[in-house]
Amino acid sequence: MMDLTVIWAGIIGFAVVAYVVMDGFDLGIGILFGQLEVGSERDTAMNSIAPVWDGNETWLIMGGGGLLAAFPLAYAIILPALYAPMIAMLLALVLRGVAFEFRWRDPRHRAGWDCAFTAGSVVAALAQGITLGALLQGIAVSGRAYAGGWWDWLTPFSLLTGVGLVVGYALLGACWLIWKTHGELQDRAFAFARLGGFALLAVIAAVSLATLGLEGHYYRRWLAFPGVLATAQVPLATLVVTVLFYRALRLRREVQPFAWALALFGLSIVGLGISIWPDVIPGRVTIWEAAAPYRSQVFMLVGAVVMVPVILAYTAWAYWVFRGKVDSQGYH
Amino acid sequence: MSVLDLARAQFAFTVSFHFLLPAFTIGLASYLAVLEALWLRTGRGVYANLYRYWVKIFAVVFAMGVVSGLVMSYQFGTNWSVFSDKVGPVIGPLMAYEVLTAFFLEAGFLGVMLFGIGKVGRGLHFLATCAVAVGTTLSAFWILAANSWMQTPTGYEIAANGQFTPGPSWLAIIFTASFPYRLAHTVIAAFLTTAFAVGGVGAWHLLRDRDNPGARTMFSMAMWMAALVAPVQIVAGDLHGLNTLEHQPVKVMAMEGHFQSHPHGAPLALFGWPDQQAQQLRYAVEIPKASSLILRHDPDAPLAGLDTVPLADQPPVGIVFWAFRVMVGLGFAMAGLGLWSLVARMRGRLHDSASLHRTAVAMGPAGFVAVLAGWAVTETGRQPFTVYGLLRTADSASPLAAPAVGVSLAAFVVVYLAVFGAGIWYVLQLMAKPPEAHEGGLDGTPIRSAGITPAPALAGGDAA
Repeated sequence: MMDLTVIWAGIIGFAVVAYVVMDGFDLGIGILFGQLEVGSERDTAMNSIAPVWDGNETWLIMGGGGLLAAFPLAYAIILPALYAPMIAMLLALVLRGVAFEFRWRDPRHRAGWDCAFTAGSVVAALAQGITLGALLQGIAVSGRAYAGGWWDWLTPFSLLTGVGLVVGYALLGACWLIWKTHGELQDRAFAFARLGGFALLAVIAAVSLATLGLEGHYYRRWLAFPGVLATAQVPLATLVVTVLFYRALRLRREVQPFAWALALFGLSIVGLGISIWPDVIPGRVTIWEAAAPYRSQVFMLVGAVVMVPVILAYTAWAYWVFRGKVDSQGYH
Repeated sequence: MSVLDLARAQFAFTVSFHFLLPAFTIGLASYLAVLEALWLRTGRGVYANLYRYWVKIFAVVFAMGVVSGLVMSYQFGTNWSVFSDKVGPVIGPLMAYEVLTAFFLEAGFLGVMLFGIGKVGRGLHFLATCAVAVGTTLSAFWILAANSWMQTPTGYEIAANGQFTPGPSWLAIIFTASFPYRLAHTVIAAFLTTAFAVGGVGAWHLLRDRDNPGARTMFSMAMWMAALVAPVQIVAGDLHGLNTLEHQPVKVMAMEGHFQSHPHGAPLALFGWPDQQAQQLRYAVEIPKASSLILRHDPDAPLAGLDTVPLADQPPVGIVFWAFRVMVGLGFAMAGLGLWSLVARMRGRLHDSASLHRTAVAMGPAGFVAVLAGWAVTETGRQPFTVYGLLRTADSASPLAAPAVGVSLAAFVVVYLAVFGAGIWYVLQLMAKPPEAHEGGLDGTPIRSAGITPAPALAGGDAA
């Protein structure tokens, strides 16, 4: 019999990847927003994501809702453990979500809503990165509940992963703007991308090394022989992708930088998978311990197998409708 | 306040704000689909203009609904983690289906609906509007299935680790005893809420200009809804109440203010002051035996009271009692306005009766108030349980420190009041503008070559 728990771990993993791929760049545009000039630059950047941001963010609900449904114990432990960053993320997403509409409705206070858009995007990304770091460094569990305090998540390591995700999303945002815009804004996006690439590489290196120092578990997982022959491919591939990314920037390719930046994210996620698998709360709870019963898994699997391809199809269609370069008039 | 009280206050605050928004978007999305269908069929520009008028409002309300809904989907975990752990295997999949079948559908087609008219053509654009409308209603289906399971749980088993787990049939979990009634009553409420909001806006503009074609059309459409659907809602509500009497009798005792059992026919308390500590209804104005007549269809039928329920298992009677009266009162007022509009329509005075229009303006927010009141009845009335009769609210909360919950509650209050206060203000500003013959696009810029012309278009550049 196939192990449905593994399949569900794969589906939740897919939702997380889909979220990073799709919402990463639109949070990234929010992070860069303050650097863009008031007026047509900001309007253009906003127009490039206005028709798709809502669908992108739905993957976050899928990740959270899916975790509740497929791994309820993990959901019940992780969310109280990360209480403050979670609440901050939700409030930040409230602020940035409404800013899409409100800045058009209220030109007199547009500067304020732009500020809310930037702040909301930065805080949401930071909180997501902190969540990742807090999970990696381990959270206190007793019985079926979180057993630590409400500031346990705050460490230099979690701040590092938080900043890392902000940098990463900003890079995706810059690459998206390279793809979707032209002229001065595109030039500016190229400059952001050149800077962001280096920053992201530095952060990936720092997080990787710091992770090895966290607990014996990760150290052995990555560096024990002969596994190291396989795991070493991840950093090597990261270097290769970085070279290709900078080559694409130098040749002023428009789509490739985004693809290579996503590849960098993909490799980081593979690395995370190597570190965490098969736990859902590293070092504490395995996916099998947290899994919902078989009947829940089967019922949802039917829905996921039917609906996820349909969702991907109409999402792709929506992106196709809004293909090509945008300008400040764009859709509005 | 205890951690539990703070967590409950936070949930009540965030869910109340959130609930108002889908109550509006469920109805409004369907209204927009109807307007676009009418436009495609008749080619009359007034429908295209009304579509553009209301879609701007829809965009603002929908954005607020999405972000406040995201908060809800994580709040189960942040503040109610024990509940999530225990109940996740049963209601988690229902919420997963909501995401898979409803949220993605709404969000995926929203972009095309709001921004895509010039890019995809009329047929596909109409399809996008319909997809959004279907998505909003499907969302109601799944979330109310989850809520109904919590109210009248069936189809579950209890595992060795204390979790509720699904039994052999998911149909028994989805279609619980209260679900069909709750779904009908809530979705009709959403349509009525929208109808009264649309009617109020139409009436407001008719008071200024009786010849505005957009205002005339929207007022007429809204009053048809009020006249036809408000009576249906009263019937649906009555059936829902009888269903509640069967499955959650304690909730009905609180709604009725029945502290004492009445073996020979229970009176209907019109008003009164529930004093839960003394376990009596003070200053009651009652109609003898009427409650038994309504609930049991027999004036002498016995009805048990809260004296049969330990105090620890009673819901807060005052809230339930008063919220119920607000809801029912508004329901009858809505039906009354619908009737009045029918009479005015038959006399050909629908668009000329200033008193009717003023009343409709006053009743514009009635649906929102009624929806909140009804939600308070059903949610407060099932206390002190999250899973009725099986899991207490006090045993559902996360192991959190009081300051954490207190600070986050304060943050929610500040952010919500600022953000949604601004949003409501923008919506009111949009509503305050009369629908114009050449209604603008989403950014307020006028759109060329549209409006009341032989070949109107929903957006500029699309007109034949």
